[in-house]
Amino acid sequence: MNVIELRELRFRWPGQARAVLAIPQLTLQAGEHVFLRGPSGSGKTTLLNLLAGILKPQQGELHLLGQPAHRLRAAARDRLRADHMGVIFQQFNLLPYLSLLDNVLLPCHFSARRRQQAGNVQASARHLLAHLQLEPALLQRSVTELSVGQQQRVAVARALIGRPELVIADEPTSALDADSRDRFLELLFHEADAQHSTILFVSHDARIARHFPRVLELNEVNQA
Amino acid sequence: MILLKLTWYSLWNRRASLLLTVLSIAISVALLLGVEYIRKEARHSFMNTLSGTDLVVGARSGPIQLLLYSVFRIGNATNNISWDSYQHFARHRLVDWTVPLSLGDSHRGYRVLGTNNDYFRHYRHGDRQALALAAGKEFTGIYDAVLGAEVARKLGYQVGDAIVVAHGAGATSFTEHGNKPFTVAGILKPTGTPVDRTVHVPLEGIEAIHVDWKAGAPVPGFEVSAERAARMDLQPVAITAFLVGLKTRSAAFRLQREINDYPREALLATVPGIALAELWRAIGQFEVILRIITVFVLIAGLLGMLTTLLSTLNERRREMAILRAVGAHPRQVFLLFVLEALILAVLGTLLGAVLVMLGVQLAQPWVAAEYGLHLRSWLPQAGDGLLLLLVAGLAVIFSIIPGMIAYRRSLQDGLTVRI
Repeated sequence: MNVIELRELRFRWPGQARAVLAIPQLTLQAGEHVFLRGPSGSGKTTLLNLLAGILKPQQGELHLLGQPAHRLRAAARDRLRADHMGVIFQQFNLLPYLSLLDNVLLPCHFSARRRQQAGNVQASARHLLAHLQLEPALLQRSVTELSVGQQQRVAVARALIGRPELVIADEPTSALDADSRDRFLELLFHEADAQHSTILFVSHDARIARHFPRVLELNEVNQA
Repeated sequence: MILLKLTWYSLWNRRASLLLTVLSIAISVALLLGVEYIRKEARHSFMNTLSGTDLVVGARSGPIQLLLYSVFRIGNATNNISWDSYQHFARHRLVDWTVPLSLGDSHRGYRVLGTNNDYFRHYRHGDRQALALAAGKEFTGIYDAVLGAEVARKLGYQVGDAIVVAHGAGATSFTEHGNKPFTVAGILKPTGTPVDRTVHVPLEGIEAIHVDWKAGAPVPGFEVSAERAARMDLQPVAITAFLVGLKTRSAAFRLQREINDYPREALLATVPGIALAELWRAIGQFEVILRIITVFVLIAGLLGMLTTLLSTLNERRREMAILRAVGAHPRQVFLLFVLEALILAVLGTLLGAVLVMLGVQLAQPWVAAEYGLHLRSWLPQAGDGLLLLLVAGLAVIFSIIPGMIAYRRSLQDGLTVRI
């Protein structure tokens, strides 16, 4: 099954004359690790918001996990995201007022499906955190006391809990040094593979590309 | 449920700045409840200025006027009533007791009331509380005076002091009954009623100081000494009004009709509770104004909350993006703000109620000692639940503004974290 399938997709911001995105065709298959490279201002963020179901294309088809997202209402697209996707941001992924564990468990509160698939949610979260090399001692700490690398790994645990089919990572390593970056990728891949999640990794940093079997240049994909 | 949890933790995280918001709501709610409480207490205390008296009788005028001069000691009676008429009803078979009242003189701005010792026995105020002496004793001689608490305190009188009564009710009267001073025999405890502002003397005393007077002025060359006056026949010819206590309360309207139809003199009997209620309606307009003011204070408190909510919108953009990423709908983002306002409003209201309760408890002993008013404890009532609903409702309405802004922003921002 194709996790993402785009056909003749066009997106234009309201009030602007030109479309920012015009993608004739793009497909991501289940379990793929895809690196999408694009400089700032290339429409990267817009594409991510489309794929996450936040935005809706004006033209063309956008199938997410077999569902026609271009025809779904906003609430249904939110449901799709809650049930099937994990998102990792560049930084500041965590809510400062929740405990580390509650941050990881957040998706399970918005999706019954993710809660179900996680089984015992607490155990599942601890399991993920342990695999991401976050010692149990850290669980007691406030998330604001964690290092950036630790915060990003907690974000991975949150993106992966409840076995979502798709993980969208938006420059998650840009605040990390080279060593932490490589370790972060290794852990992300390992855990995503363990539950057969597809990874769409977006970055402007071409040095990361070598870790991915499939690399897309947004400038080539996007014909706008 | 998760929204409630998120709201609560988010609020707790920002507790320092939100404490002020809760406090400002609490103070406006306390003010609203406090004003309502004072309104009720004022009404209660006013309605109980005179209790246990079934009828007030005076010369025919209006019931409010009668009440004003006989109970509140404001204004003057247009006419007196004859001693014979008073005696007629004092001995009436339905009547248990009567207290004669004779007004017309004053002492340094305070009314002088001629009466007898039955006054101290039968006059009741508040919840049927009797008058009590703080010092000294009741009348024993005709030149004895018993002072209300405020008279004694403001003028600095003590038992044994001599006071001179002036003719007429003005604060600065030029004609004084200087040759017949009274002696302070007793001082009453505070009551919170016009009794505190009254100088009580025996009816005979009033007669005695007027024996050498005619038509409101001393008769030149015809001065009677205090000692001689005391030996004269001092039965009054007329009094101003009298209070009536009945053997059975249910007879009040029957006797009232009988007094009003008394053929030998034009009299008026009024049931004090009815006249008091009528008077309160006339002077109680301030209640409405107080209420309007406090509603504005409440709105000001909630506007403070609105400002706080609006000022946090920017710093919470990241929070909104994270919530959107994990699947929250913009509607849920909107709800976060409504819930937040609701929690702040409810906390503020509860704190406000506690403030009022504590305030009343603290004020009780002081007010009782200083003004003789027994404040009833403040307890939440059904009407206060309505207030809570009003505050919560207003808070929700106010939170729609930041909620809508957050809603629109989270639609626009999507997963874009803006800091």
